Order: sequence, then C-alpha cells, then structure tokens
Amino acid sequence: MFELLAKRLIAPQVWRFTLRAPGLAAKRQAGHFLILRPTADSERIPLTIVSSDPVAGSVDIIFQVVGATTRALAAIPEGGTIHDVAGPLGHPTHIENYGTAVMIGGGVGIAPLLPIAQAFHAQGNRLLTILGGRSQEFLILEDDLKPVSDSLLIATDDGSRGQKGLVTDVLRTLLEKEKINLVMAIGPVVMMKAVAEMTRPLKIKTMVSLNPLMIDGTGMCGVCRCKVAGKTRFACVEGPEFDAHEVDFDSIRRRLGMFKAEERKRMDAGKVA
Amino acid sequence: MSPLNLNREKMPSQEPLVRARNFEEVNLGLSPEQARREAERCLLCKKPTCVTGCPVHINIPHFIQAILENHEDEAVRRIRTDNSLPAICGRVCPQETQCEEACVLNKKGAPVAIGALERYVGDYAIRACVLPDMSRVVSQNKKIAVVGSGPSGLTCAGELVKLGYQVTVFEALHELGGVLAYGIPEFRLPKEMIVRCEIDTLRHMGVEFITNAVIGKLNTVPELLAAGFAAVYVATGAGYPSFMNIPGEDLNYVYSANEFLTRVNLMQAFKGEASATPLVVGKRVAVIGGGNTALDAARSALRLGAEKVFLVYRRSEAEMPGRLEEIHHAQEEGIDFQLLTLPLEYLGKEDGSVRAMRCVRMELGEPDASGRRKPVPIADSEFEFQIDSAVVAIGTQANPIIAQTTPGLQTNPRGYIVANESGETSLPRVYAGGDIVSGAATVILAMGAGRHAAQKIHAALSGEI
Ligand SMILES: Cc1cc2nc3c(=O)[nH]c(=O)nc-3n(C[C@H](O)[C@H](O)[C@H](O)COP(=O)(O)OP(=O)(O)OC[C@H]3O[C@@H](n4cnc5c(N)ncnc54)[C@H](O)[C@@H]3O)c2cc1C
Ligand SMILES: Cc1cc2nc3c(=O)[nH]c(=O)nc-3n(C[C@H](O)[C@H](O)[C@H](O)COP(=O)(O)OP(=O)(O)OC[C@H]3O[C@@H](n4cnc5c(N)ncnc54)[C@H](O)[C@@H]3O)c2cc1C
Ligand code: SF4
Ligand code: SF4
Ligand code: FES
Repeated sequence: MFELLAKRLIAPQVWRFTLRAPGLAAKRQAGHFLILRPTADSERIPLTIVSSDPVAGSVDIIFQVVGATTRALAAIPEGGTIHDVAGPLGHPTHIENYGTAVMIGGGVGIAPLLPIAQAFHAQGNRLLTILGGRSQEFLILEDDLKPVSDSLLIATDDGSRGQKGLVTDVLRTLLEKEKINLVMAIGPVVMMKAVAEMTRPLKIKTMVSLNPLMIDGTGMCGVCRCKVAGKTRFACVEGPEFDAHEVDFDSIRRRLGMFKAEERKRMDAGKVA
Repeated sequence: MSPLNLNREKMPSQEPLVRARNFEEVNLGLSPEQARREAERCLLCKKPTCVTGCPVHINIPHFIQAILENHEDEAVRRIRTDNSLPAICGRVCPQETQCEEACVLNKKGAPVAIGALERYVGDYAIRACVLPDMSRVVSQNKKIAVVGSGPSGLTCAGELVKLGYQVTVFEALHELGGVLAYGIPEFRLPKEMIVRCEIDTLRHMGVEFITNAVIGKLNTVPELLAAGFAAVYVATGAGYPSFMNIPGEDLNYVYSANEFLTRVNLMQAFKGEASATPLVVGKRVAVIGGGNTALDAARSALRLGAEKVFLVYRRSEAEMPGRLEEIHHAQEEGIDFQLLTLPLEYLGKEDGSVRAMRCVRMELGEPDASGRRKPVPIADSEFEFQIDSAVVAIGTQANPIIAQTTPGLQTNPRGYIVANESGETSLPRVYAGGDIVSGAATVILAMGAGRHAAQKIHAALSGEI
C-alpha cells in the first residue's frame, strides 16, 4: 500500500499526484516509469515518474484520465492509498552533452518530458523546448520547463496560446535557422511520427519515448512489443526510449487501440455503478 | 502374499464437455476411501524405485504408509520434510515420466497413483489447517534474501526458515507464486484455495514476503548484500516470451502465451467483464506450440468462449513436451490438434487485427541435435485458415534484469545464470536456481534447485565449508 500524500488538478482531467514510495524515490532517474494498480481489482498501468524527493521519500506522477484505471486513480482521496506501485522501470534516459537539443512535448506527453529536459539541461545542453496542446488550458508544466529551456515555444491547435498549429510547424521553422544535434519528442503517436519524418531527411538524431500497452513492465508478458529497425523489442525493458527513425509507429498506433471497445464497456459499466 | 492389485483408482473429474466451458478445477481429487484403496496397492518396497524417479526423492512409501494407517496428519508431516508444496506438485508434476514411471507396478501397467495421493495429503493439510511445528527451530540470526516467488524461491525460503534463518522473498509482481500464479490456469491449479494456502503456510512459518519489488531496479543484488543479507538466492524464472519473427506477429490479438495467460490468471480475465483487464478471444483461436503452456492457453481459450481452438505444432504428438494428462484432457475437450504444421505468416484486416494464418505441413526427417526427428516442410502444402486470435507459445528466454544489474554474475550465451548443482554462482554469497539457471523446466525441478541451494547456503553460513 502506498500513501497518496497530495493531489492537484493541473489541467482539465490531468492530475499531479505525490505518492509515498521511498524506495522508488531513492532510485529514480530521468526516463524511469512505474506501474501501479489503484485498487486490489484494478488493471496495471504504466506512468512516468515526473519527479522525486529522496529526502521526503516521495515521487510525483502526472496523468490524464482517459479510461477506467486512470479514473479509479483520480478518485483516490488525499491521504488514501494506492494498492500497488512497482518501479522504477525501463532504462533511464541516456544523458550527454549534445550541444543544442530540441525538446518536444505534446499534451500529457509534456509530463514525461520534464525530467528528461531537466537532466539534459543539467548536463549543459542548450535546450529549445516546444510544447503543444489542444488549447491554452491543456498546457502543463510551462513554469517548470521555462528555467531549464534556453527558449520555450508553444503551439496550440486553436491558437489560444503561442502559435496556432502543431508542434511540427514550430519545429520546421527551428530546423531552418538552427543547427540542431538532438531532438527528443514525447506525445501522441501521430506527433512522434510526424517529428521523425521531419528530422529523418536531415539525419538529426531523434529519440522518442514510446507508450505501448503494458502489463507487468518486467519483460514477462510481451504486450509492450514494438517493431524497431524491423526487430521485436520490448519497450518496458529495452525502452521506453528508441531511435525515432527506426520505430514502426503505425504498428504502435494500431496496437494501442487493441482493447478500445472492451475498455469502453468497462468505463461505461463503471459509470453505472 | 496377497495378489497384486492392478485396479488403479481413477481420478474423478468433471465431464469433458461441461468443464470445457468453466474454469472450475478439472480433477476433483480422490475421496478418503479411494486414497485408502490406492495406498493399499503400494507394496511399500524396501528399495523403492519410485523414490529414485522423483527429482526431490520424496520418501513415497513412508507417506503412503501413513495414509494406510489412517494417520493423515502424520502423512502431511512426512511429505513436508521433502516437499513444502505437496498440493501443488500433486497437481502439476509430470508423474508419468518421474515417480510413477519408476514404480515397480508400472511394469504391470498400473503404477501407484503417487501424484493423486500426494495431492490428497496436500489438500488434507490445507483443509484441516495442519501447520508445521516451528517451536524447536533455533534462530540463526542471519537474514537471507530470495528473489522471485515461484516454486524455486518458495522452496528455498521454506527450507531456510526451517533452519532458523530470517528469510525475505522479493517479488516483482503484485501477486506471489510466479508461474503458479500467472501461468498455470485456475482449472488445473486453483489460486485462492491451493496456491495462496500453501504460500500462507510458508508465511506462518515465518517467511516474509515483499511484493512490487523488482530486484535490479528497486534494489540490486549487490545492494541487498550490502544491506545485511548474508546470502541472496536468485529464482527469477525464464519468463521472457519468444516470438517466431514471422510477418504479422505484431497484429492485434496475436498474443504471447504469457500475455494471454497473465490476463486470464493474474489479472483475472477468466471472470469476464467483472475483471478490469480485458481480453479479446473471438470464435476461432490458434495456439502455436506443444508444451504445457500451449495446452493451458488452448484450454483457457475454449473456456473463454471460443468455438474452435486449433493447436498448431510443428512435430507429431509423440514429441509434444506437454504432460500426458493435459494432452488427453485437451483432446477430450475438443481442441483441434494441427500436428506437423508450421505457421508462416499472420494475415491482417484493415483495422490491424488478425484475420487468418498461413501454414505449411511438415514431415519428420532425420534426427536433430535433440535426438528428435527434425520436421521439414512438405513442398506445395501451404494453406490458410481463418482465425480471430492467436497465442504464441513457442517458449521463453531468460529475463535480463538481474544479470544486467549484478556485475560479475556469469551467464551463459543464452543469458541464463551459470550455477552448479548447489546453486553456487560466479559470485560469493549469490546463489541461483530454477528456470533462470536450467531454462524452462518443471515445478519440481525448480523446487529441487531451491532446496539444494538452501542446504548449501546453510552449510556455507554455518562454517561447514
Ligand atoms: C512508459 C509509459 C509511460 C507513460 N506515462 C504516462 C504519463 O506520465 N502520464 C499519462 O497520463 N499517461 C502515461 N502513459 C499512458 C498511460 O499508461 C495510459 O493512459 C493508461 O494506461 C490508460 O489506462 P486507463 O485504464 O485509464 O485507460 P484505458 O481504458 O486503458 O484506455 C483509454 C484510452 O487510452 C488509450 N491508451 C491506453 N493505454 C495507453 C497508453 N499506454 N498510451 C496512450 N494511450 C493509451 C486507449 O487506446 C484508449 O483509447 C504512459 C504509458 C507508458 C507505456
Ligand atoms: C503456462 C505454464 C504451464 C506450466 N505447466 C507446468 C506443469 O504442469 N508442470 C510442471 O512441472 N511445470 C509446468 N510449467 C513450468 C513451471 O511452471 C516452471 O518450470 C516453474 O514455475 C519455474 O519455477 P521458478 O521458481 O524457477 O520460476 P517462476 O515460476 O517463473 O517464478 C519466478 C518469479 O520471479 C519473479 N521475478 C522475475 N524477475 C524478478 C526480479 N528482478 N525481481 C523480483 N522478482 C522477479 C517473477 O515475477 C516470478 O514470480 C509450466 C509453465 C508455464 C509457463
Ligand atoms: S514431487 Fe512429483 S515426482 Fe516427486 S513424488 Fe511428487 S508427484 Fe512424484
Ligand atoms: S515403487 Fe511403487 S509400489 Fe513400490 S513403494 Fe514405490 S509406489 Fe509403492
Ligand atoms: S509490459 Fe510485459 S513485457 Fe513489457
């Protein structure tokens, strides 16, 4: 059992939770995720560890309510408990000084981007950060990313904040005028694919953090398998970060929708109860 | 001398067509009268060959004698000196190739039903709450860490607490038992009644269990040693699923057996929509493989409502590695065995889900390295059939997490930890056993390894070597 120390709504349907998990707090590095089950009957779901406080023994997660499990999680009151939390999982991000790096976060993908951007900044990289969202109210963590970014650019679908359009529109402009050594993109699959296509002809090293379905997160079930450079790779133990130019995004998108109808039934059943 | 009784008691079981649609246990267990009659058939041999057939050398006639004398409590006590999980072994051990094959009565075609009797005693212990007497155990004041709560880790932990050590078992998942919990289905091995109860007995004996603890990530093996554990036993299993790397394997509803069975067992998808974790099975299912895992997946698919389940295996029935009883049960339940058949490709629909599979028929050629005749494709025998889902059960590999995070721990080229018969690895104070050393094997071999390691750890820590 893991105590929920604090919870805060940071955007519509997006929560920031602080959990008591001293073991994880001591070990976590940028890029790590955890797997949790809100209650004794819940599914296991993966969420990125956004930050940790080893002294207080706590870790933070940020999640969007999209289905039954994230809804059950959001319903836990402050001071309540989360049944199971396991981690830190996955390989931490490989951090080095590349020079100039573009950090792209789309939607709730900004949450996993934050610790990575902080680590790249600490390593001396010059960071050009691009955040994207449906509209102003869905933009998260801008205040946390600003101090680690040399410039912070924003794109919204409706133009309510920053440039009207997509993160790739901003990226295109940057690519024209800057010498860029690394691009890191985290967000919806379509966004990551679009970024990969844009940097491929320019041969700019581009990393993405994949978010396939997962169960155990330890390499046991194989549901998280992705096609990377034509090979089957398990995102939970070999990833979740991969070279964007080698990833088969269409396969990932298809597999993410695998249980949509079934998940829907459970979500609707939950509403009745 | 009374004449040999060759009427082996028949294990009562659910009717095939009824059980094929429910997750209740297939075998119902011997009644006390049956157990007594079966025990009477045993010749209580002076030099019991059955014992040599059992990988952990359970003193079989010794416990059978207690059944004969109506001393079930004593039978429990006797069995437990050699085996801490009798209700589990009695259900899943491949007896026909071990103790029962070696029984003298096997020559006459009717070996004593040792597995059924072992289960009988194990079930009695659970029902009557017969707990081991720990009052005379002398504390050693030393802590041991066990990594993984499968049969190997559980056995090692049980042996060590009996010797007076403080044992902590670290398990990555939220549930204890390893394959016993996530792999072997309810209808063969009930979780609540059997697996949890045998684990609770260990807890009662003083074993401490910590779930959600992925060793190598949360704490590494060297960190456990530095934190005051005198020794670490690594029993992390071989649960890393293999794929065939054929086209279409990433289509939706093509599962690894571990994913399929984990959804069914650990995440309780066998309860249908009452489970939070979904599983799509469809009407026609193909399961690829011929071992226990493939049989379990095929029979689970049937119970989840599939109309037709094909078992696609590239060799013939004689080479199937699955337990004989399970093969027979699967046939009785109506699984369609497509033997000497090799999958070549999965074909998908627009929406990315699987729609069919293309296979080729095989014939047996020359013996290969394993001594089995090697299947070779028959020219122009390719064919296609329609499916809604597929389960790939062609085996597993070593999980890399411990090896990657334990510097100096020697592994073989396939990633398995190198350890000797006593579980000693290339590192002092680090022991390993079970599937992570042997590759995918059996419950009882994993248990045997746990026991040997416990004895070695005790010998090493008490200064005998
Ligand atoms: C390594 C990793 C890190 C992640 N980090 C975060 C994070 O920091 N914050 C966050 O909000 N989410 C994160 N996710 C996604 C998160 O796991 C899913 O949103 C969650 O599992 C949904 O569960 P649910 O039961 O509420 O919804 P479900 O009912 O399972 O799904 C609802 C909808 O969300 C889609 N969906 C399900 N799983 C995923 C997924 N893994 N990725 C994207 N869409 C999905 C489904 O297709 C469906 O349409 C991460 C995923 C991975 C693999
Ligand atoms: C579907 C199926 C059916 C089978 N049927 C039979 C049968 O009928 N009869 C038979 O004899 N054998 C059967 N087997 C084989 C048998 O189950 C295995 O040989 C046996 O379980 C191996 O035991 P183990 O303790 O070595 O490992 P496992 O049972 O695999 O247990 C390993 C445990 O370690 C945990 N773990 C892994 N990594 C870590 C880590 N880093 N930190 C913490 N914990 C970790 C895992 O989560 C798991 O719980 C079957 C196997 C399968 C998959
Ligand atoms: S443990 Fe297995 S092999 Fe040994 S006696 Fe029991 S059933 Fe037979
Ligand atoms: S070999 Fe058979 S008959 Fe002899 S003791 Fe063993 S079980 Fe009994
Ligand atoms: S989540 Fe199960 S193998 Fe990756």
